[in-house]
Amino acid sequence: MSDSMVNIFGLYKSYYRDSLEIPVLRNISLKIPEGEFLALMGPSGSGKTTLLNLLAGIDQPTSGTLSVAGEEISQLNENELAKWRSRHIGFIFQFYNLMPVLTAFENVELPLLLTKLTKKERKEHVETALSIVGLAERMKHYPRQLSGGQEQRVAIARAIVTDPSLILADEPTGDLDKHSAEEIMILLTRLNQEFKKTIVMVTHDPRAAEKAKIVRHLDKGELD
Amino acid sequence: MKVFKLIFKNSVRHRLRTILTILGLALAVMAFGLIRTFIKAWYAGADAASPDRLITRSSVSIVFTLPISYKEQLMKMDGISDVSYANWFGGIYIDPKNFFAQFAVEPETFLKMYPEYIVPADQYQAFLQERKAVIIGRRLADRFGWKIGDPVSLTGTIYPGNWDFVIRGIYTGKEDITDETIFVMRFDYLDEVIRRDMPGRAGQIGWYVLKMDNPARAAEISKAVDAHFKNSLAETLTETEKEFQMSFIQMAGAIIIGLRVISYLIIGVILLVLANTMAMTARERVSEHAFLRTLGFRKYHLFGLILGESLIIAFIGGLIGILLLSIVENVVAVAIKQFFPSFSADLITYFTCMATAFIVGIGASIFPIQRAMRIKIVDGLRVVD
Repeated sequence: MSDSMVNIFGLYKSYYRDSLEIPVLRNISLKIPEGEFLALMGPSGSGKTTLLNLLAGIDQPTSGTLSVAGEEISQLNENELAKWRSRHIGFIFQFYNLMPVLTAFENVELPLLLTKLTKKERKEHVETALSIVGLAERMKHYPRQLSGGQEQRVAIARAIVTDPSLILADEPTGDLDKHSAEEIMILLTRLNQEFKKTIVMVTHDPRAAEKAKIVRHLDKGELD
Repeated sequence: MKVFKLIFKNSVRHRLRTILTILGLALAVMAFGLIRTFIKAWYAGADAASPDRLITRSSVSIVFTLPISYKEQLMKMDGISDVSYANWFGGIYIDPKNFFAQFAVEPETFLKMYPEYIVPADQYQAFLQERKAVIIGRRLADRFGWKIGDPVSLTGTIYPGNWDFVIRGIYTGKEDITDETIFVMRFDYLDEVIRRDMPGRAGQIGWYVLKMDNPARAAEISKAVDAHFKNSLAETLTETEKEFQMSFIQMAGAIIIGLRVISYLIIGVILLVLANTMAMTARERVSEHAFLRTLGFRKYHLFGLILGESLIIAFIGGLIGILLLSIVENVVAVAIKQFFPSFSADLITYFTCMATAFIVGIGASIFPIQRAMRIKIVDGLRVVD
């Protein structure tokens, strides 16, 4: 296994609208070493989220090779990808995607339901993750009882609770005020520096991108 | 947290919608159960029929009579151990709405032929000794507050005039389904008055009841009896007691078919109510299902979540429905006891109601499951709640 967490070569992705082919990503080649914190920037429609979805294995490339966490994921079928995602990927969404009927604890516990951990082990993992994001005392709160920043921190706890190889964040500060956005970026930086997590973040926010070690720009499907 | 807890929490996410859906289901299940009970009550007479009894009536119609002289010939026929007869009286007690069945029977053979009617020996003896004596069912006695020794007057419709009787016996049913609402008078009293006032109609009975040695020979004996009276003045039609009862039920066949159709429509309504709720639920949760799959949940997990939620709502609706049924059936039973003495939902009806709710729960989840299975994760994530 190489030191690269992500290894992309000659990646091409296009969509079809009726018979019209619309290229989204063109000839992308990218290596992201383990422990890196990469920010992907670019205008709307440049292909940032598509690239992130491909890294998460929730979309398939049209051509090219895509290796993540040592696995050539473009070769995996749907079930293998689901299993692979649950082990290797932590996903942070712009709008948090917390389940409103579950408490913060239960939301963070969700990915662990797919593991063979005992109830006690799951509890330990969830409490650790919530402690890292500073919400240990809010674990019994429902999403509606939390602020936007706190909801995103719960979502980050959910993303790290399985100790994934790669954290993918899609506009994690896009729905937050300046102060909360700052808190989230400090948290992501801490996850990268203190816990050595590899992070790929899509953002429009230059202040958020400043926190990343590397910033790459996508424009019209091409990487700078 | 177990997945079941998530399913349960999902099912009460929109409380008002869930409550209304459950109430709709409960009412529909109750209505379905009531109709099933109603149909069952309609068939109760046929269900209570004895397999060792045959009924011989006029081959033209039940309203045509047979000569009483046929009894001697029937007694001599192979396979028949006993013969009795009866006639429909059709009198009115004060007002036509006080309807109850009245039969004129041969007193000596009546109890022997119908052992399911339990009459104390002294009361039966009193019935045998007095021409105007009648035996009535326990429920009928309760309905009008009648007791032994009470005089009862009926106004004849088929046999005009005022007819006076005295209650000498009250029978109870051996089984739950035995009809306890019948008014049994003596045929010889009826015939005596007819002979005096309407001599042309004397010596005629409505039908014969034949007891067989061996119920397995029913078809053969029926055929033999009808063959014996072929080309006679009054040709006969012989059938099992159950078939005889069913022929009355068939007269209301259109009503029963109508009721059955309504019961199936009710199932359709339940299905639509729940399917609508589940479809709305699935549409609202497209992005949620997509994000769950992003976490690593598989399609079969979504299958379980949607099906489970549908089944929980259907199960609760079904339970409340049968609870309502158990209450409402008693109210309905009191209101229609003179027509349907054995109106009561049985275990099979309750089970059918729950099984229907269960099947509806599965059926209602099919479309939402299909939709959730088909949608791509990336498309689902684009949907904003």
